[in-house]
Amino acid sequence: MVRMLLTGNKTTAYSAMRSRVQVVSAYPITPQTTIVEHIAEFIADGLMKAEYIQVESEHSAMAAAIAASNTGARAFTATSAHGLLLMHEMLHWATGARLPVVMVNVNRALGPPWSVWADHLDSISQRDTGWMQYYVENNQEIFDTVIMAYKVSERPDIMLPSMISQDAFYLSHTVEPVDIVEQEVVDNYLPPYDPPYRLDVNNPAGFGSLVMPNHYYEFRYKIAEAMEKAKKYIKEAAEEWYEITGRDYRGLLDCYRCEDADVVLFGAGTMMSTAKEVVDWMRAEGKKVGVARIRVFRPFPGEDVRKVADGAAAIGVMDRAYGFGRGGAFFNEVNSALYNHRNRPPTKNYIIGLGGRDVKPRHIRAIFNDLLKVKDEGLDEEFRWFGLRRENMPEEEI
Amino acid sequence: MVKLTIPEIELMSPGHTGCQGCGATIAMRYALKALGEKTIVSIPACCWAVMPGVWPNNCMRVPLLYTAFETTGASISGIKAALRALGEEEVTVMGWAGDGGTADIGMQALSAAAERNEDVIYVMYDNEAYMNTGIQRSGATPLGAWTTTTPVGKTKFWERRPKKPMVDIVAAHKVPYAATLSIGYPEDFVKKMKKAKEISGFRFLHIYSPCPTGWKSPPQYTPKLAKLAVTSRAFPLYEVEEGIYRVTMKPKKTPLKEYLMLQGRFRHLTDEDMKELERDIERRWKELLLKEEMTAKLEELNE
Repeated sequence: MVRMLLTGNKTTAYSAMRSRVQVVSAYPITPQTTIVEHIAEFIADGLMKAEYIQVESEHSAMAAAIAASNTGARAFTATSAHGLLLMHEMLHWATGARLPVVMVNVNRALGPPWSVWADHLDSISQRDTGWMQYYVENNQEIFDTVIMAYKVSERPDIMLPSMISQDAFYLSHTVEPVDIVEQEVVDNYLPPYDPPYRLDVNNPAGFGSLVMPNHYYEFRYKIAEAMEKAKKYIKEAAEEWYEITGRDYRGLLDCYRCEDADVVLFGAGTMMSTAKEVVDWMRAEGKKVGVARIRVFRPFPGEDVRKVADGAAAIGVMDRAYGFGRGGAFFNEVNSALYNHRNRPPTKNYIIGLGGRDVKPRHIRAIFNDLLKVKDEGLDEEFRWFGLRRENMPEEEI
Repeated sequence: MVKLTIPEIELMSPGHTGCQGCGATIAMRYALKALGEKTIVSIPACCWAVMPGVWPNNCMRVPLLYTAFETTGASISGIKAALRALGEEEVTVMGWAGDGGTADIGMQALSAAAERNEDVIYVMYDNEAYMNTGIQRSGATPLGAWTTTTPVGKTKFWERRPKKPMVDIVAAHKVPYAATLSIGYPEDFVKKMKKAKEISGFRFLHIYSPCPTGWKSPPQYTPKLAKLAVTSRAFPLYEVEEGIYRVTMKPKKTPLKEYLMLQGRFRHLTDEDMKELERDIERRWKELLLKEEMTAKLEELNE
């Protein structure tokens, strides 16, 4: 075991190295920048063997990664916020082309007003692009998830891209101890990329041509089918990784003390580590609270959400992003998973931490107490902008 | 026996879905003849995104990657990088984009690929407007032309700006080779294509490709128009190699009017208007000759 003290971004660079990525397309954006810097250093120092394309935009970063993947090379890139939004067209393209590109996104708020801090709206806005989406809570999980993501994405019966999202600064620029698994161990786990179809002069074929309405529909169905199948393979890949490393990512939903919990709080990313800590404190006080961290958002773990709902008397969902007009995406998806389920406890949406505002233990404690009140007294309101500062919004004089 | 200057190999089968008299089909056929079967092509949104055929039909006998409109420069860079990573050095990678996909929406990715001197061939087949969407003006639409977004109307709303000089723009990136080609001169066309194939680094080829549908010209005049464009100096044939300009054809000048009047897109022009076009074209021709004369002196630097 090689334990190192690493930022989330340097961990990401190591994950690309250990995955033996063959083509990296790189364009800088705060707070992703040091990822592409570290990869460049690895290549410059001969520690990593990969083609490194210094593209002129994120749109080209994804276009080049797609072309490289279609040619038969393992492709990697990383981005944040506006960069991810600029890629949007090509995110759909990677999915339609059935290419296992893996990308790390450093979750950052969208402007204007400019903000470089943590917020999930960038990746949530890519929900329907057909990428598998993972949200991680610590640096070790970044490393492990990138490797596992390639394993799942590159399966011939999956062939879909994966996005691993880590919170800006909370992970990207924060140093934590990380086990960088030895190369030969990773090599045994992750075989070289060997796609069934590729651009090959000895076997010429066209990729992505025009189809008529009598065929397009089935192409889409096949993607839906693969995305559904991926649930099983994500768990299998995690099982195998668990056997090697002892680290447990076997649930699409990371449930912490949910089994006998009266109230369960859903959410994603780093604030869920804080929530787990608060669960321990409140459990010690005799309050039966639990946390369900959405580790995999696409494919959505609907069955697991239902299982949690079977035991809980009230459910809270924290969203670090807001979908204007109808609440946070995690909340809406949890609700939609429950609508056709027998047990439907009241659900409440807590909008929190936008633009990098700190989510502190006392905030989580207040949310749990609020949820316990919902359990006893019923739902008061569906959406709550938690910690809204009225003093920041003085009434304008007309 | 006469030695053939154009290879016999056919890498484009019959069955393309292009219009009658399409210059771009001739361009692709000659290009693949020159490059041979160890070629991978990437095509963004343009006429040629549709012309290989509707899935599962495909008239191309080389691997073909369709890509999004603005991405040709990035797409061919990605293919080449992957080939290098896989240890495949023998394959020629060619981007094949229209004038809109090159001079307008694809300019950024093109400029970046040229600046990085990617080891690829970038072809802009130029039919002087967005023809696949139905004849809208692009940055390569010539002065005086009618298109659906530059209608003549009552206010002479036709195209008021000359074409974007793409070869000059790309050559300014200090790439090893940039050239203009016309399907009206197949031997010159194939010669330049083959020359490009042998050079490593970024190669840019601007192919003049008449479009009967968009130009409102009789389909059988496609090769004739491709010749008249050159002889009238509307589209001079030249190359820029390591910064040195060389006009590869200096034919006897033919009247511009003859070229213009075969095309419906110019039929609104009065003799006075055509004189204005002629002045612009003559100025550009002289400019080109001066560049040739001036850059010839660079030969010493290159040695």
